[in-house]
Amino acid sequence: MALKRNRWMKSILSVIPSLLAIVAGFLLGFLILIIVNPNQALEGIAIILKGGLNKGMTGMGQVLYFATPIMMTGLAVGFAFKTGLFNIGASGQFTMGAFAAIYVGVTMKWLPTSIHWLIAILAAMVAGAIWGFLPGFLKAYRNVNEVITSIMMNYIGMSAVNIMIRATVYNKLKNESLPVAAAANIPKWGLNQIFPYPSMNGGILIAVLFVIIIYIVLEKTTFGYELKACGLNKDAGLYAGINAKRNMVYSMMISGALAGIGGGLLYLSGSGKYMKVIDIIATEGFDGISVSLLGMSHPIGILFAGIFIAYIKVGGFNLQLLNYDQEIINIITAAIIYFSAFALLFRSRIQGFLTRREQTKADEEPEVGESQ
Amino acid sequence: MRFLDYIIEMLHITKTFPGIVANDDITLQLRKGEIHALLGENGAGKSTLMSVLFGLYQPEQGKILISGSEVKIRNPNDANRYGIGMVHQHFKLVHNFTVLENIVLGVESTRNGFLEMQEARDKVMELSGRYHLKIDPDAIISEITVGMQQRVEILKMLYRENQILIFDEPTAVLTPQEIIELMKIMRELVEEGKSVLFITHKLNEIKEVADRCTILRKGKKIATVLVSETSKEEMSRLMVGRSINFNIEKPTLELGNEVLRADGLTVRDPRSGKNWVDHVSFSVNQGEIVCVAGIDGNGQSQLVYALTGLLPLDEGKITFCQQDISHMSTKKRGALGLAHIPEDRHKHGLVLDYRLDENLILQNYDQEPFSSHGFLRFADIHRYAEHLIEQYDIRSALGGETLARSMSGGNQQKAILAREIDRNPELLIAVQPTRGLDVGAIEYIHQQLLAQRNAGKAVLLVSLELDEVMDVSDRIIVLYEGRVVADLQPDQVTIEELGLYMSGSKVGDGFEKK
Repeated sequence: MALKRNRWMKSILSVIPSLLAIVAGFLLGFLILIIVNPNQALEGIAIILKGGLNKGMTGMGQVLYFATPIMMTGLAVGFAFKTGLFNIGASGQFTMGAFAAIYVGVTMKWLPTSIHWLIAILAAMVAGAIWGFLPGFLKAYRNVNEVITSIMMNYIGMSAVNIMIRATVYNKLKNESLPVAAAANIPKWGLNQIFPYPSMNGGILIAVLFVIIIYIVLEKTTFGYELKACGLNKDAGLYAGINAKRNMVYSMMISGALAGIGGGLLYLSGSGKYMKVIDIIATEGFDGISVSLLGMSHPIGILFAGIFIAYIKVGGFNLQLLNYDQEIINIITAAIIYFSAFALLFRSRIQGFLTRREQTKADEEPEVGESQ
Repeated sequence: MRFLDYIIEMLHITKTFPGIVANDDITLQLRKGEIHALLGENGAGKSTLMSVLFGLYQPEQGKILISGSEVKIRNPNDANRYGIGMVHQHFKLVHNFTVLENIVLGVESTRNGFLEMQEARDKVMELSGRYHLKIDPDAIISEITVGMQQRVEILKMLYRENQILIFDEPTAVLTPQEIIELMKIMRELVEEGKSVLFITHKLNEIKEVADRCTILRKGKKIATVLVSETSKEEMSRLMVGRSINFNIEKPTLELGNEVLRADGLTVRDPRSGKNWVDHVSFSVNQGEIVCVAGIDGNGQSQLVYALTGLLPLDEGKITFCQQDISHMSTKKRGALGLAHIPEDRHKHGLVLDYRLDENLILQNYDQEPFSSHGFLRFADIHRYAEHLIEQYDIRSALGGETLARSMSGGNQQKAILAREIDRNPELLIAVQPTRGLDVGAIEYIHQQLLAQRNAGKAVLLVSLELDEVMDVSDRIIVLYEGRVVADLQPDQVTIEELGLYMSGSKVGDGFEKK
């Protein structure tokens, strides 16, 4: 009984810091709205808070559409982090995955239509995994810091993809990738009936599926046990005979694969979105870091954090109706992440407060039979 | 007028943590100019009490008096202001700073914003001379011995003109010679009018230097005794609540088959090319405890790493149960029946952020019944953890769900011991298994090692404690600078003689350097 309550308490406690960070972030956002234009500040913050709900189910569809890729990159960053690695290269892996998916989608029209999209997603997964493998391998066997290599891989990935698009699936007129075959788009599975947003597709279901898979891998399997053990204490991993180096490579590959799938899901959404040939690193990778931090690297946390960040992003679009810049949302998101960094502080304070209260309660009603 | 002589009085201190009353109405009175020992098992509340005094915890009840007037100590800075200084068990030094920089850190004297080191240097050297604390002010911390690091910690307190000096288990990391040196320093400190609180669970040391001793057990104060009028047996009885058997019973056993044979093992430092382990050969048979003795840093750690597969072997051959395991992985060696209680339980022995039950399966998480088809089976893991917790009396706040980090050192060690012994290994390699543990826990661990031996298994014990080496082992191998310098029977050698072998002053027949 007591243990069960304890566990509940723990899960609730772990969410509170993120919630506090969100509240603090909104307060700061409100402050900025007031500074920019005091007359419409109240209306503005209301629009942000209403976010995706502004247009009912259509708006929620938009939220889920935005949430899909950043949930995947968030999962990529969070998974690597749980195993002791800091994967800053989600952008590059995302870009590689996106290109692989588009390439398969545009060129391999001979594939059976029923599985064309699936093969394209698998290609995205493999491309992302390869892009994750390199920093993982260098870290494990050459002790090169994965933060630095994965950042560099972002630029290599961006430039390589630009070159490859130009060489293969290039739409010269628009300086972007060619449209993929209709069968390469992810099925809608009726989601567009529930959420009448034009770009709505089944990608979100695939993202949720991966949230569940990653949760199970990390928490329920021996493989996850090994990965986390090496991440938390590499020496203890070696002592237990776990092949820490190999696991490090696997971990980066899985992380890269998740980001790669994120790229595939975005560009196979049938939304008329094409890969531009520009020298800008995909922002989804960095959004992934935010999502992962806000979700405290926990798959379920990442699920909600991804939806939340997409939700206020939609709010940001609507903010333009009031002549505010939608970049204000980026400031709010950034503020929330900053405040999340204080999360541990909040957490220990709250925990201290609760245990003290628990203690006084225990003193008042002494339990029998609880021996130490 | 004895009352006025107290420099610190901690009166009726009560401090609770979730699930545990760490200090229950404890009163501790330190006289000016005495060495006062604080004795207790792990988890008895010594550290908590000192943390209260040092301002790291606030007690729920009780008060602290300094020189007769009540004070509130909110943080270590307050403690420092009241003249309280502490040498922690794990030193708090900046490793890439010099000795001098470490001593002045936090109280640097400056002129116009620039460091003014000459003044500090003069003061440090004066203190160093006065208290015979030999140091090299310009040496880098990471390059000096543990003994000198400790002297740096003591000088830090003296530099801050602390009057009350707390030593938290200061001898745990020292060689026998350094311990004697430390005892001398402590006596000089009190002669100069300082007061010393000495936390330990080594009765010999209390007998040696302390004037009075306060004994804690399970968070309660049991007694404050005059050391000169109390026997060691009496003190240990007060500490554990029962009599401790200092004599270890060892039935004579017929030696069984050879379990481990090491032939010319050599492990090199990849950076300097120097031999950490230098052509070491020995064997261990069923039914014996072979002890590797030596002063810390003479190749014991690397020898064990080579035997367990954590370091690659440069030369030589390891035969284990008639199999050549020289280049086998750690995992395969474990599966063959080689268990390892590591030297550093935090570094190797435990994943501190895993729960106790997850730590108890660290060696066999991938085997039935703890997992099947790659999935962990939590019900079985939990049942197994409960079984080990009960059998080995591992105490923690939340049973198997306790985070390993939050457990006391003794119970962490018990958890590792339980995990390794329960694998029913052919050979148990135990490296300093009793380091930092109290008498009760040491007795228990020795019993478990003997039980292994008596069950016809082999034990290789690496120890720095001469008493332990003499009492527990059937055979002693002495390592000096990575080489075996003697192979001895404990009943044919004295502690003094063993000390000579360990310091390299004496080499056994047939072990001369070629």
